[in-house]
Amino acid sequence: MDLTTIWFIAIAVLFTGYFILEGFDFGVGMLLPVLGREERERRALINTIGPVWDGNEVWVITAGGAMFAAFPHWYASLFSGFYLLLFAILVGLIIRGTAFEYRGKGDTDRWRRNWDLCLIIGSTIPAFCWGVVVANLVHGVPLDANFDYTGSIWGLLNGYALLGGLTTLLLFATHGAYFLHLRTTGDLAERARALGLKLGAATAVPALAFLVWTQVAHGNWTTLVLIVLAVIALAAGLALDFTGRGGWAFAATALTIALASTALFCALWPNVLPSTSDTANSLTHENAAATHKTLGIMTWAAVIFLPLILLYQGWTYWVFRQRVIVERIPVA
Amino acid sequence: MHDWGDMDVLDLARMQFGVTTVYHFLFVPVTIGLSLLVAILQTLWRATGKSTYLRATKFWGKLFLINIAMGVVTGIVQEFQFGMNWSAYSRFVGDVFGAPLAFEALVAFFLESTFIGVWIFGWDRLKPGLHLACIWLVAFGTLASAYFILAANAFMQNPVGYQLNETAGRAELTDFGAVLTNPVALAAFPHTIFASWLTAGTIVVAVSGYHFMHRRDLDVHRPAMRLGILTTLVGGLGLVLSGDSLGKVMTATQPMKMAAAEALYQTTYNAPFSVLTIGSLDGSHGTPIIEIPGLLSFLATGSFNGEVQGINDLNAQYQALYGPGEYAPYIPLTYWSFRAMIGFGMLAVAMAIIVWWCTRRGRMPQHRLFWPVAMWMAVTPFLANSAGWIFTEMGRQPWVVFSLYETSEAVSPRVGVPTVAVSFIGFTLVYLVLAVVALKLFLKYAKAGPPDEEGALATSSPSDDPDQPMAFAY
Repeated sequence: MDLTTIWFIAIAVLFTGYFILEGFDFGVGMLLPVLGREERERRALINTIGPVWDGNEVWVITAGGAMFAAFPHWYASLFSGFYLLLFAILVGLIIRGTAFEYRGKGDTDRWRRNWDLCLIIGSTIPAFCWGVVVANLVHGVPLDANFDYTGSIWGLLNGYALLGGLTTLLLFATHGAYFLHLRTTGDLAERARALGLKLGAATAVPALAFLVWTQVAHGNWTTLVLIVLAVIALAAGLALDFTGRGGWAFAATALTIALASTALFCALWPNVLPSTSDTANSLTHENAAATHKTLGIMTWAAVIFLPLILLYQGWTYWVFRQRVIVERIPVA
Repeated sequence: MHDWGDMDVLDLARMQFGVTTVYHFLFVPVTIGLSLLVAILQTLWRATGKSTYLRATKFWGKLFLINIAMGVVTGIVQEFQFGMNWSAYSRFVGDVFGAPLAFEALVAFFLESTFIGVWIFGWDRLKPGLHLACIWLVAFGTLASAYFILAANAFMQNPVGYQLNETAGRAELTDFGAVLTNPVALAAFPHTIFASWLTAGTIVVAVSGYHFMHRRDLDVHRPAMRLGILTTLVGGLGLVLSGDSLGKVMTATQPMKMAAAEALYQTTYNAPFSVLTIGSLDGSHGTPIIEIPGLLSFLATGSFNGEVQGINDLNAQYQALYGPGEYAPYIPLTYWSFRAMIGFGMLAVAMAIIVWWCTRRGRMPQHRLFWPVAMWMAVTPFLANSAGWIFTEMGRQPWVVFSLYETSEAVSPRVGVPTVAVSFIGFTLVYLVLAVVALKLFLKYAKAGPPDEEGALATSSPSDDPDQPMAFAY
């Protein structure tokens, strides 16, 4: 396998890992006003992801850095072309990240309400916008001969992309609900379970429509298999949540995200950003790539450090494996 | 300089880069410096068993976290804005410049972000030694992070380890070792780290000073004060030495920047260094008020009689090399930012020396303005850091990658004024609001002081008791 293929896979893996990990972070943030009925419950919800959200977010920073190094043209076209979407995501991530650290450090209800709002908005916007970004990536956008996007923000808000955004929004919310079902106890866990059922059912509609659209417009045999498996995993998640197996339901939505994300990257291949104006201007894993030299060095770094990262990040989940009990939240 | 109404994408993109970078770098040195100091305090607690060190660890740990949150969230903008605003630049340098950024994420940022979470929440979940290791890993991560970012920046100052591919229209990596051992990076790294120590040390002195003034918890603040003074002085001394080597590397690699630092138009032997100038803003025919003979030659070459090339000669050389154009940066800014960097840095050192002298062997300064003045001096390292980066980046103009690529070519060609304006205004407003919030919180917790002994101990040992409250929760 040549290095550009390996790095296409690596970028896909990094984004997929990011969607799985920060997907439930976003879900927890979005469900805060629905599940957290009083202050201590809201704090319990936030603390299910407290120790890990920052580490989860590094996946996207690594994906961005790796894309810059391995496929400079992909990075340049995507980030300058999808400018306002990324701006919205960044503002969301800024206010959300600050909220985690600052929310508990004020004294007034108003202070906490404002930061709750930041958490909710800062989770909802990226959860929606990442779906819009990935859908446009697969669909392609008009590019000129320098691979620069020639359209405007309105061109990115087409029906297919908005459906993609709705899908990630609901899928991440479901993923978050199953996660909370697994990570909390008692009444709160039960409410997370019940909400997860509703959300899972609600996700099925746009997810199915989006994936079928993807298959019809951009699919091949591989994507067909992956999409069918993704839909099965989503349904399995619903069934598992219904029977009270929060952990397995969470594993099922993680699998759904992994399969759907892989299907989208397979639909994209061998392009990395197709041009809808002139196919000669499409960015592929070959014409977007860095030199063999750079890719080789990056490969060594990834081979050494990625397993190490998985090991110590996995260890942190083990350290904080205890469910968060509302009564154990210390008084601020 | 043109009217605000004529702002083009290049102006807006440059302003956004400046605002984001200066804002981000308010928090970075504090993170680098305080992570180390917190690690030292926690180590002292483990080594001596004295609860005052634990209380200091908890106190400074909290202030550290208030700061690091800002650094982390603005760091993401840093990485994304190259692609958003500077897509032409990204295409040109990505093959060389992207690798250190990716390494930073893989090697350093994962480490830092993962273990900071474990450290915050892990007091009752980990064995004390393992918990201590977490903060050391964070401190190491911040250093590694700084190194890779400075290596990337060094390529912009002094491109090495690449060859130009004319057909592909880009710089391509030939020697990654050379990129990582760029002489500019090797000199800028210690300079940045010492500046971080100076910054963190000054803050520790200022905050401890507040509690000295109120005679509160002196058993906690006295050792912290000593540590703060020591850190500031080591940082200050290191800054002088590393600044000296950085100046010589700069003279060798970017002579125009050194000439612009002094507004030296004519090539001169035994060139003086003017501390302050009145008259024309760009120093071209100003009257120096205080001038130190030969100092510029010494800074640039190591000899008081060394030759320092002037702006006019360099401009002529560059025009012959790179074609017609203006190759000098905006001189008033380079001239004054260079002085601001040195001046404010020296003020911070002076403050540390005075505080050390006045508090030596248990003495307590009596003048009622002593501590308020000392506290206000905490702003000086921030001004020095900002001025230093403004000098470094503005002094490289008109180049974005020195001698290879001009800033005006680097901007995203298809991104319009409204788009960049929206993000520039949006980010700036968010930064402003968050700056106020962060500062208020920092002051609130700085004034509140450390937890009492009982509280500190209760939340610092491993516990599997399911009825106990968590040691820490957001």
